[in-house]
Amino acid sequence: MPAHDVLIIGAGLAGQRAALAAADAGATVAIMSKVHPVRSHSVAAAGGMNAAIAVDDDWTEHAYDTVKGSDYLGDQDAIEIMCSEAPNEVMHLEHIGVTFYRNATGELDLRAFGGASKKRTAYVADITGQAILHVLYEQLMRHHQTVDRYEEWFVTSLILDDEGECTGAVARDIRTGAMEVFDAKSVILASGGAGQCYKPTTNALICTADGIAQAYAVGAPLMDMEMVQYHPTTLAENGFLITEGARGEGAHLLNSEGRRFMEDYAPNKMELASRDVVSRAEQTEINEGRGVGADGQGIYLDITVVPKKRVLEALREIVNIGRDFAGTDITREPIMIRPGQHYIMGGVKTDVDGRTPITGLYAAGEVACVSVHGGNRLGANSLLDTLIFGRRSGEHAAQRAKDMALASAPASRLHQDVAQIDAIIARDRGGRRISAIKDELGTMMNSKVAVFREEQGLREAHEIILRLKEEAALAAIDDRGTVFNQDVLGAIELDYLLVCAETTVVAAIERKESRGAQFRTDYPERDDEQWLKHIDVTRGEDAGPQLSYSPVTITKWQPEVRKY
Amino acid sequence: MEFTLRLRRYDPESGDPAYWEEHTVDLEPHRSVLEAILQAKALTDGSIGIRCSCRAAICGSCGVRVNGQPGLACHTHLDKAQRGAPDGVIEVEPMGNMPVIKDLIVDMDAVHWKKIRRVTPWLQPKLPVPEREYIVEHEAMVDVTQSMACIQCGACVSDCLSMEVDRDFIGPAALTKAYRFVGDPRDARTGERLKDLAEDPHGIYDCTHCFKCIDACPKGVAPMSQIMRLRRRAGSDFHIEDANNGERHERAFVSLVRRYGLLNEAELLPRSYGGDSTLAKFKPVAAKELASSLPAIAKALLRGKVTPTTALKPHKLAKRDLAAIERIYDEVEGRDERLELNLYISGRDEDLA
Repeated sequence: MPAHDVLIIGAGLAGQRAALAAADAGATVAIMSKVHPVRSHSVAAAGGMNAAIAVDDDWTEHAYDTVKGSDYLGDQDAIEIMCSEAPNEVMHLEHIGVTFYRNATGELDLRAFGGASKKRTAYVADITGQAILHVLYEQLMRHHQTVDRYEEWFVTSLILDDEGECTGAVARDIRTGAMEVFDAKSVILASGGAGQCYKPTTNALICTADGIAQAYAVGAPLMDMEMVQYHPTTLAENGFLITEGARGEGAHLLNSEGRRFMEDYAPNKMELASRDVVSRAEQTEINEGRGVGADGQGIYLDITVVPKKRVLEALREIVNIGRDFAGTDITREPIMIRPGQHYIMGGVKTDVDGRTPITGLYAAGEVACVSVHGGNRLGANSLLDTLIFGRRSGEHAAQRAKDMALASAPASRLHQDVAQIDAIIARDRGGRRISAIKDELGTMMNSKVAVFREEQGLREAHEIILRLKEEAALAAIDDRGTVFNQDVLGAIELDYLLVCAETTVVAAIERKESRGAQFRTDYPERDDEQWLKHIDVTRGEDAGPQLSYSPVTITKWQPEVRKY
Repeated sequence: MEFTLRLRRYDPESGDPAYWEEHTVDLEPHRSVLEAILQAKALTDGSIGIRCSCRAAICGSCGVRVNGQPGLACHTHLDKAQRGAPDGVIEVEPMGNMPVIKDLIVDMDAVHWKKIRRVTPWLQPKLPVPEREYIVEHEAMVDVTQSMACIQCGACVSDCLSMEVDRDFIGPAALTKAYRFVGDPRDARTGERLKDLAEDPHGIYDCTHCFKCIDACPKGVAPMSQIMRLRRRAGSDFHIEDANNGERHERAFVSLVRRYGLLNEAELLPRSYGGDSTLAKFKPVAAKELASSLPAIAKALLRGKVTPTTALKPHKLAKRDLAAIERIYDEVEGRDERLELNLYISGRDEDLA
């Protein structure tokens, strides 16, 4: 039975950074992922990573922008840590090999990004996430003696001991179907977000809320789950991401009148206002009949105003995406986009060292909610979040391991999960197909729990989710094999998605105000008196979600009217 | 619109050999082969095995062969794939050069990642590490971005002809990874890396310029170009004369084409082993390689590639054409800097208008 000081679940940026930090601190480490690490969704992060490294910049300005971007729901102690540690983290990445683009004097170049008062986004063309992820994986290969990699292993549950402390996980080797218990002194969840609750989404097929549902199942509270980010520029047809870097490089948003409508919504920052502001503006233009395209559901993103040489050098990936997935040459004509689900600000509640309220269980990256993003994440703050809190989790978990003994889970824990998988495989053929349930969930979430929300739609959404949960419990699968049985994993992932979607909807119903990504047409104003607080969701005795509140930490910046 | 797929299926638990299975899907023509496979999986058979994640040619999971051509399933449009299918049925099978695990899923770790690990795939930084960033030229970072753009999908490995012949060939993807460090001015081991890759009999001189990897790559990384850049760095910049005779062989090619306008096979080997002069003294270091090439030489004679006539009286182009070739050489060699083709460097803006 594998045993390690630290078991990390998920091998995107947060997981790999945690693994390297824990190994550097002397711990024995296992890093496990249901896909090969370089397939993790961090690979799709395009635009860059924020850090106040320019001589005329200061981390407090970065922190203020982040607080304002969060619509004052972000915890300012955590934001201060993230922003003050950002410059060192960027330098660390540079030192281990990330090929950040340079300026004319050979120093790191910085590009403009949404909601930022200065240029402070370090980048590698528009493949920044890919470049960092691959470099971290280079380092994992280098540290092969201290970090055991379990690539293509699927976690089925977290293990708690009798004291309620997390002591490992049960996982299935996707390639052979073998199940194993992994004992660990600490477990770090770094398994990413939940975009597949929505259809369309910019998120990869693997973003199925696994860690959120697994932590919730063992009693960890989730926080800010109602805060779901719609990215302003996703391909109108299929929801693929067009990086904010395009607007950072100067691209315009145009409505059907050919007008830069952002001047009506954010006259100072224009296209580079916060994402929630831009997405809402676009959706308003569309709803009021000024959208473009055959169905009027699009907005034009005009990148032709950016010099072509610069586009080819720094926005190469979206040239490819435009050509291959929209039939558009973005260097010659505008491309049709619309707001699309992109990121969840919420997740498993943690402190600034990644600790969840469950002893021994940490979380970092999109699966976690520290909360540094509050109601709305700034572009290029997500890579930063994964790396800062991935590292801090890894370091803390390694320290914790130093003076404690390793527990060993009873074999019965294994049998429980084996039985669960066997039961799915043995289901009757009568039920709905997994894909049909998943499609219904995603389409429904995208209409009722989207940019604009209201009570009745949210209540309908909840009803639908409860029905889909019942249907999912009966959904049949085709594959009865053990080798790469993706079908049975899909059934488990569907359960995870439904759990996550339910917590999102109940929190969205609860928050009776408009803040950040949560815009309630029935409560259109921000209400600091009532709602300057987090909503926590915990699994109740009856397995239904229980709501409670926790305070927002305010250090330097009192809430103000938010204008861009 | 309806499309028919012919999928290569293989279930390692059944004991049966691989077989073909047809599925008909209904999708718009500009949708991808991956979407078609996922539709078949969603609506009719959930047991179809394929790795996939991002659907947007970024994660590198869905490397397959479509109508015999390696690439990403998500990056291949259905209409185009159908046009490329002789009988109108889009054929999808697992990548080559790697063992199949199930259906369209291959064992990348056994081949692709093993080769990546071969090239010391991490930065070995120059010391001391600066307090802030290393100061390097913007152009250098843009230059290695083409190799950083590799998503490790394995499409180039799938159809590498050299690897089919020599299983130990380090191969296009891993050598591209190697260039990412050789081209990185922050790496301290450039010379050692190049020497290692030049001296390895399965290294940079094992590539046969077949261009298959360039065709296969969905990201424009052009692995073969990266291999050729490693050669130029090893030969021209670091003057590494490898024991495989690779560098001398290449130099012989270049001077023969300059002299005759065409390759003169009869002179090629003597020049390769003789330090690039027809009558130059034989290089003792080349003896081993020459001995191992004797069967190839014998074959060349038997098959008429080299005959006594062509050996004594080689092809030669007309004087005017040779002068044109000479001008090409002068132009290339007369540059202060080697001009390298690179996806991310596209000249000045006004050239592109």
